[in-house]
Amino acid sequence: MLRILLATVALLIATTVFAQAIEPLPFKNHAEEIRYQQLTAKLRCPMCQNETLADSNAPIARDLRHQIFDMMQAGKTDEEIKTFLVDRYSNFVLYDPPLERDTLLLWFGPAVILVIGAIVVVMQVRRRARAAAGATPGASIDIDTGDDW
Amino acid sequence: MSRILPLVAFLVLASLFGFGIWWNTQHDQTAIASPLINKPAPSFDLPVLGDPSRSVSKASLLGKPYLLNVFASWCIECVHEHPLLMTEVKSLGVDLVGYNYKDDPAEASAWIEQHGNPFTMIIADRDGRKAIDFGVYAAPETFLVDARGVIRYKRIGPITQDVIDREIKPAIAALAMEKR
Repeated sequence: MLRILLATVALLIATTVFAQAIEPLPFKNHAEEIRYQQLTAKLRCPMCQNETLADSNAPIARDLRHQIFDMMQAGKTDEEIKTFLVDRYSNFVLYDPPLERDTLLLWFGPAVILVIGAIVVVMQVRRRARAAAGATPGASIDIDTGDDW
Repeated sequence: MSRILPLVAFLVLASLFGFGIWWNTQHDQTAIASPLINKPAPSFDLPVLGDPSRSVSKASLLGKPYLLNVFASWCIECVHEHPLLMTEVKSLGVDLVGYNYKDDPAEASAWIEQHGNPFTMIIADRDGRKAIDFGVYAAPETFLVDARGVIRYKRIGPITQDVIDREIKPAIAALAMEKR
């Protein structure tokens, strides 16, 4: 009984392991396979918007994975492979877009909005403090009720 | 002032979202602007569909502009744009080269037989590897390549009458202007 249970568990583990190897590529060693998986997980499929090249089942994603594999076999570095793809498919393929003129808003937009928000809050707080200090205690309550949004 | 501030904030947000909706109706979200515009087209040497003994290279097409239309028999949108290729695009005054993408030659030939052949010639990229150099990621796609072999324009998705009038015709006219 125990043996059957163990065999079942072993089988289940084995199937989950093999489920990830959708297309077995002839890697030279495990390190190369890890590098390939990390690289394809950092690149975006041009066809399917929100899937990585590693995850996507789109035909173009498969072709690009093969292209990446071939380039790795040819001794290309990760940067060279990324440049190859960016030259053809633009920065869209990068999940981590580089800092450029076109991406300034993307990189610093949130920080700018945060700073504007902070300035507005500081101005409001100061104005209210001034209003509260200038008015009688009774009057300041009236001002607050009118402002409670 | 502070009483109307919520209204102002609401109007600002509403106009921002409204602009977003308008922008999305004007732009195809799946289209990625090609970095190859105004760059030399990749060199290629691909067999002619149905006659693998002959091949067509980039060099052999230099000298006059042409439209390169990426199509396949498995491509659903290609069926929709094909009637326009047969009538309007064919008569734009430039060669129309078919780029059969990741297709079975027999099926591609049968598809052309069924829907008509608007192309001056059809080249076949069976495994789709050369298409990667063109930045192709779906069909249909259409490139305008000038006489010097530079990609001047790219359409991602099916060609419509609107695209012909507003984009392709002006792009071809611009090429004709340069020549003079």
